[in-house]
Amino acid sequence: MQLDWSPLILSLVLAAVTTGLLLVLGIPLAWWLVRRKTLVRHAVTAFVMLPLALPPTVLGFYLLLALGPHGPLGALAERWSGASFAFTFTGLVMASMVYSLPLVVQPLAAGFERLDMRHLETASVLGAGPWDRWVSVTLPLLRADLLTGAVLGFIHTFGEFGVVLMVGGDIPGRTRVLSLAIYDHVQSLEYHQADLMSAAAVGMSFTALLLLYLAQRRR
Amino acid sequence: MRVAVAADFYKPLETIANAFSRQSGIQVVISAGSSGGLYAQIANGAPYDVFLSANARYPRQLVAAGLAAGPSRFTYAQGVLVLWGAQPAPAAGPGTLRGATFAHLALANPHFAPYGQAAQEVLTRLGLLEQLHSRLVFGEDVGQALQFAISGGAQYAFVSSAQLLAAGLWQRGSHWVVPVSLYTPINQQAVLLVHARDVRAARSFLRFLRGPARPLIARLGYRLPAETGERSQSVP
Repeated sequence: MQLDWSPLILSLVLAAVTTGLLLVLGIPLAWWLVRRKTLVRHAVTAFVMLPLALPPTVLGFYLLLALGPHGPLGALAERWSGASFAFTFTGLVMASMVYSLPLVVQPLAAGFERLDMRHLETASVLGAGPWDRWVSVTLPLLRADLLTGAVLGFIHTFGEFGVVLMVGGDIPGRTRVLSLAIYDHVQSLEYHQADLMSAAAVGMSFTALLLLYLAQRRR
Repeated sequence: MRVAVAADFYKPLETIANAFSRQSGIQVVISAGSSGGLYAQIANGAPYDVFLSANARYPRQLVAAGLAAGPSRFTYAQGVLVLWGAQPAPAAGPGTLRGATFAHLALANPHFAPYGQAAQEVLTRLGLLEQLHSRLVFGEDVGQALQFAISGGAQYAFVSSAQLLAAGLWQRGSHWVVPVSLYTPINQQAVLLVHARDVRAARSFLRFLRGPARPLIARLGYRLPAETGERSQSVP
């Protein structure tokens, strides 16, 4: 029987886009969190970590409210483009970014925390400008943490269920990601299809984690 | 005794179980989930005495698999499909569906959720399925379809009347009770599981569900199968 693999592709694309955007957002955020020595920092850290604590369906429901036509973000989008973010791929990306944010920011913040400032001072003495210091000193020193954040963000997004269930609306080809397709197959008692897709998910996530730990060990 | 119940009937069952316990002194422990999920649990040895499904298919399959007692299977309630919108206007109804001025219409997944199946049937019979195809969003169950509509993400949703009553939404927004002629009856069936630990308690609970509980079930938003047609024969 024909098995539709488009949910797998969709999940991979969603995870890749989300992870890329989260790295762009997460690096300055983690830097800010570590540098900032005020109480505000702890409040922001707690807020960033919150998605880990909330049940995904609860988080998903509030995200749906925010992204839907009556929510602040959704209303803005509707004014702009005529449609809110609910039940769109863009909405999925935004929701996934919130969901996976802690897993990307946490390793980066830990990396910045460990960062030996003397390297940066040396580079500065040697005449490196701020941008040069970032690119040639800070980021290479953080390579392992960047990799950890990227891999964790990727597989966390790849495997997410509750949030995409709420925000996505399970639309075939648009928002039906792998975890939803597996759930649908299980609910329909199509265990064979569910098995195949689950095996693919397990295999990919395991491989990604294995590569991550192998890469870390070699350092 | 332990009852596994389809999520849509969870609230009604609480009320019924309370009444049953007061009368019989038997405690009822309730586990709620999707019918398909509970089916999988039961097939893998979950320790329930009675299964109240939201459809007829899973109980029938459990009987076929030798996991449930065939003669115990009966329809305890018939689901009432309702189209609901959070806004009073444009009011939910066939005209609204034809007009298609909305962005999204939510329904439970028609591949496995009974109310989703019924909703799809309604759209098919109205000749609107193809036209509305791109506006449909799917919840895993009616509960989620309703959440989509409450959040405003979807303007309308096919849900159950029992849900609306339980959530106090019957008077809010607008609703259209879909004529029964537009969909196959949603026969919610109960069955006694062969691994039941307390068969006597389970049987007495099923008798209660079949008899004294009926007015309660009706009040909570369900139709009742005809007295004589209670047995499972009417279901394909």
